[in-house]
Amino acid sequence: MEPFVRHTGTAAPLRRSNVDTDQIIPAEYLKRITRDGFEDGLFSAWRKDPEFVLNKPEYEGVSILVAGPDFGTGSSREHAVWALQNYGFAVVLSSRFADIFRGNSGKGGLLTAQVDQEVIERLWDMIEADPTTEVTVDLDARTVTAQDLQADFDVDDYVRWRLMEGLDDIGITLQYADEISEFESARPAFKPVTQ
Amino acid sequence: MLARVDFALALIITSTATGNTRYLEASVGRTLAEKVWSDHIVRSAEGEPDLLYIDLHLVHEVTSPQAFDGLRNAGRPVRRPDLTLATEDHNIPTIDVDKPIADPVSRAQVEALRKNCADFGVPLYSLGNIEQGIVHVVGPQLGLTQPGMTIVCGDSHTSTHGAFGALAFGIGTSEVEHVLATQTLPLKPFKTMAINVEGELPEGVSAKDIILAVIAKIGTGGGQGYVLEYRGSAIRSLSMEGRMTICNMSIEAGARAGMVAPDETTFDYVQGREHAPSGDEWDAAVAYWRTLFTDDDAVFDAEVTIDASTLSPFVTWGTNPGQGLPLSASVPSPDDAKDEVDKVAIERALEYMDLTPGTPLRDIPIDTVFIGSCTNGRIEDLRVAADILQGQQIAEGMRLMVVPGSARVRLHAEAEGLDQIFINAGAEWRGAGCSMCLGMNPDKLTPGERSASTSNRNFEGRQGPGGRTHLVSPAVAAATAITGHLASPADLA
Repeated sequence: MEPFVRHTGTAAPLRRSNVDTDQIIPAEYLKRITRDGFEDGLFSAWRKDPEFVLNKPEYEGVSILVAGPDFGTGSSREHAVWALQNYGFAVVLSSRFADIFRGNSGKGGLLTAQVDQEVIERLWDMIEADPTTEVTVDLDARTVTAQDLQADFDVDDYVRWRLMEGLDDIGITLQYADEISEFESARPAFKPVTQ
Repeated sequence: MLARVDFALALIITSTATGNTRYLEASVGRTLAEKVWSDHIVRSAEGEPDLLYIDLHLVHEVTSPQAFDGLRNAGRPVRRPDLTLATEDHNIPTIDVDKPIADPVSRAQVEALRKNCADFGVPLYSLGNIEQGIVHVVGPQLGLTQPGMTIVCGDSHTSTHGAFGALAFGIGTSEVEHVLATQTLPLKPFKTMAINVEGELPEGVSAKDIILAVIAKIGTGGGQGYVLEYRGSAIRSLSMEGRMTICNMSIEAGARAGMVAPDETTFDYVQGREHAPSGDEWDAAVAYWRTLFTDDDAVFDAEVTIDASTLSPFVTWGTNPGQGLPLSASVPSPDDAKDEVDKVAIERALEYMDLTPGTPLRDIPIDTVFIGSCTNGRIEDLRVAADILQGQQIAEGMRLMVVPGSARVRLHAEAEGLDQIFINAGAEWRGAGCSMCLGMNPDKLTPGERSASTSNRNFEGRQGPGGRTHLVSPAVAAATAITGHLASPADLA
């Protein structure tokens, strides 16, 4: 995974709450067995509407999504993270993320930065008035800046460290293989096995 | 650094406010979730997530192929194939199950699972096997789901297994790969929330109505960061299947997991199943399971109380599971919104669902009724529906699909003659799988089609592009199939 320290790009306003992962990528696209190429499925139902924000030419090339509260609810499909990344998003900003989606994002290197809803509203106004507005998300400083706005965002300390170092979780855990074996040897005999 | 300051501050404030610290109390009394968590810690270090051991990893075709590829690329084996079990459920047809899967993309995904399980030594129940079915129906049915376990699956409805007093939660594909490789997960402790449901449920009100009412009360984000523990006399009086229905939809309240403390009902359900302990091991297991309850002096981070006697059949009108109301209510208006964000959400939901504020929910006409899913696809659900459909005919133009949660549930229902009741009423009686719950296989709504569904999600397009979903209990589903509009069994009299 590429280390993530800070990112600057243009941003798209998604003025919707409760954006569930079925909207981010519908089940139809989940039949694939690859990890890439999901950009065509991103918000596919909404993108059929020519007025949908990502269809507007002024938001072409955006890499930051500014969304309403409760982003990423529902299904655990990590394809939602891949679809956002495959499309070109590096950061999603929201006042509240669903747990599983946020966890998946951290694993895949998509930054989910949690800010107050007032910050979201100000960003929406700003990027709607001027879609070329550059937004900088600094993971090191935990700040989001755009024009005269500077706001702190919330991110888990450990996830931040992993993202900044670009570390692979499995590699970290396998350092503790001895502890895992030790735990395993003490498990009660009544615990079930599948075969 | 900031988090540590906050914690210290919270400690001081709590100490000042109560004259005692809940942190001290917490070191004595523990919640059920905290007990199960602490019994699975492999490694714990300051500033890092705990490394938790996973007792059971359930796998299906949709969220696993990229995880197995990751193992292959890194040259890693599956650490404990004997603690891993795969089944085919999300993407498989529910008719013509003896023929090759018609959709080549679906077929390739199912074939990938079969190859992955063969290559890595993971046991698999394929389409056609008597143990095949929805992963969350299969685990409990085999006796693999037991109290005090940690259970994960690349599926958010893994919360179902919490009904046994297990800590069970959905994970993403990266985590699936992590568990396959290490049998552990690095996790930050969840907060705990008590959902107290006290009193007696009125006639005709089921577990599904309880959980829809809970979600409407706390919202789709209300459980975010929490494990919900369902408590109280109404929960204790539920069967294991009812408890599974409730824990299943914890995710729809934003929670990672839901739990019910194990009791005699739990032990009776587990005992004698294929993977349940027996003999001395059974006694040792039960002795441990009896310690799995929330201590009287434990403190929850949040508590919600619901009076069961005030509940009635509940249905959703909107496009998230929190947009629900009693069946006796009417479609709400954006003017009822609590804030601007909520107002926009209501407007958008009404537009998508093509509903007018003030319309009685009972007047909403339904095209398709779906009875099934990991929420309500078990034998008791089918019995409730069959009892209502016995000797009745579904409304003209109505499509009623009944999809058992597993091949075993299907056989069980057929042994009781339920299939004939459904077929005689005009229903389609199908093979086991996730089916129209998520519309990934051919079982879909068409654009504009409206369903009453015993499943768990009413998101836009969830059951097929442009489809409109009302979430209901099995009893409401059956009554609706007969009347052609949202109805409860009481409306049939």
